[in-house]
Amino acid sequence: MLSNQEKSTLVELTRKLRADTIRMMGRCGGGHVGGAMSMMEAAVYLYFHEMNIDKNNLTSADRDRFILSKGHAGPGLYACLCERGFFPREWLETLNQPGSSLPSHCNMHLTPGVDFTTGSLGQGFSVAVGMAFANKRLGRPHRVFVMIGDGESQEGQVWESAFFAAHHGLGNLIAFTDNNKLQLDGITKEILAVEDLVEKWRSFGWNSSRVDGHDFASIDGAVQTAKQSSRPTMIILDTEKSRGFAPGEGSVKNHHVAFDSPKAEAAISTLMSRG
Amino acid sequence: MASISDIMNKDMRDVYVQALIDEAEGGRNLMVLEADLTNSHNTGAFRDKFPGQFVNCGITEANAVCVAAGLAATGYIPFLNMFACFASRRAFDQFFLSVNYARQNVKIIGSDPGVLSQYNGGSHCALEDIAMMRTVPDLLVLEPSDTVSLYSLTRQLAGYSGPAYMRLHRKGGNAIYGPDEKFELGKGKVLADGTDITLVAAGHILLKAALEARDILAGKGISAAVIDVLTIQPLDKELILAYAAKTKGLVICENASKNGGLSGAISELLCESHPKPIRRIGASDFGEVGTIKTLMQRFGMTSEHIVKAALTL
Repeated sequence: MLSNQEKSTLVELTRKLRADTIRMMGRCGGGHVGGAMSMMEAAVYLYFHEMNIDKNNLTSADRDRFILSKGHAGPGLYACLCERGFFPREWLETLNQPGSSLPSHCNMHLTPGVDFTTGSLGQGFSVAVGMAFANKRLGRPHRVFVMIGDGESQEGQVWESAFFAAHHGLGNLIAFTDNNKLQLDGITKEILAVEDLVEKWRSFGWNSSRVDGHDFASIDGAVQTAKQSSRPTMIILDTEKSRGFAPGEGSVKNHHVAFDSPKAEAAISTLMSRG
Repeated sequence: MASISDIMNKDMRDVYVQALIDEAEGGRNLMVLEADLTNSHNTGAFRDKFPGQFVNCGITEANAVCVAAGLAATGYIPFLNMFACFASRRAFDQFFLSVNYARQNVKIIGSDPGVLSQYNGGSHCALEDIAMMRTVPDLLVLEPSDTVSLYSLTRQLAGYSGPAYMRLHRKGGNAIYGPDEKFELGKGKVLADGTDITLVAAGHILLKAALEARDILAGKGISAAVIDVLTIQPLDKELILAYAAKTKGLVICENASKNGGLSGAISELLCESHPKPIRRIGASDFGEVGTIKTLMQRFGMTSEHIVKAALTL
């Protein structure tokens, strides 16, 4: 269980990394801010509390992995990786610039710490399943964490892999759905309803639970429970798309938002002034 | 370990599986994946010897390609076997992005390409796979032409680091080469020299048709060279250009669409480096049901078609 001290440290870190993400997007005229903001607590929890990463050997493959299958949220991940020490802070100023090591969608060969290349929805989820399967066959202790979006759950490939992971008893696989209830075109349940996600994952033979995706204690409880299981787990994170980026909050058009640096700084001021 | 002399008259699929078994016995960290075609590929022989290095993914081609990518990222050398139609059309984005763009060491085997789909018909008749695959940067694309080349190239493929697509003739396709023939990834073979025209072929059935066409042409006083390309990408440019210089034109023979595949690759090379007339043997329609023989007739892939095309050069 997280101590109050740990929780407040993670909360403050999340606020900082949201600010870093907004700032890097503002420099290049905007980005996929909605989904980067909504997953931030889970990403921070993984990189700063849960995942087995050797801070003296960041490039070692001998560690837990995290696959951001919703690859468009890359900038949120980059903020975490930078803070964790995978690359220098100046890199954050290069998002999407020609020759950048930080492209909009995750590329494992460009960005240190990115565990797989993603950008075509559904694929990263299956890759994570393949990695967990490999670890199990090889008898390695490492876990594989993977994040998909609620909209991404519409991809048939996700459910192919759901069968596969359950069939092979991949208890070393812990997945999250960033259930921010919006997709590019609008409200998920109006476009192609995916709920009840917990019911669906359970019916596929997974453990599944629904938690507040912005509350560290809830995330921690779900992950620690998942670690005890011999089956794969899907944690449905109920989240708010664009959480912490005020101009996008409450909007249904916050998947990709155009904004410049002054607007980014204004949004960061709002974020920092909140209790 | 198998001796090629003992197995060169078996079905190509069995020779392929033997090559995988020999690699695994040699310690290669293979993982053989199927998507419910184990019985079609006879990979059960591998599974029974190496159960820990085999997985049947069920009918999940998109999942299977990405699982293979995850396995590669964790140190395995995955060989994923699928009918060529599924390997190309059905899971192309997965192969493009999670394997090739992500530079994962995954080998995809497309079996029964082109008219080899026979009675499975148009839905299964992959005529477009070569054209699709050769648009992928740096992808190694192979089409062994007989059991001897298949055994050698499969074993080399296991040691090759990088994504690859190999067309596999499953049934029949026995030896054209002698057991001592040596092969090299990226290199074609001259089966017969010639001075008037060049027949360039890929795969067992078109190579055999080209060899027959050579004999017919010889009877007409025309000397035809026959090249077995074996590696479609990267093309053996040096060899093709040497014969473009030496003969007055080329007939390109493939069990595939005549648009964009091997013909496309050679046309591009010749237009840029050594313009020479070409004729294309291949399909330009959707596939159909039929025997190999009737379909080769239907799509203009027989030795007679090759001769007729050669005579127009």
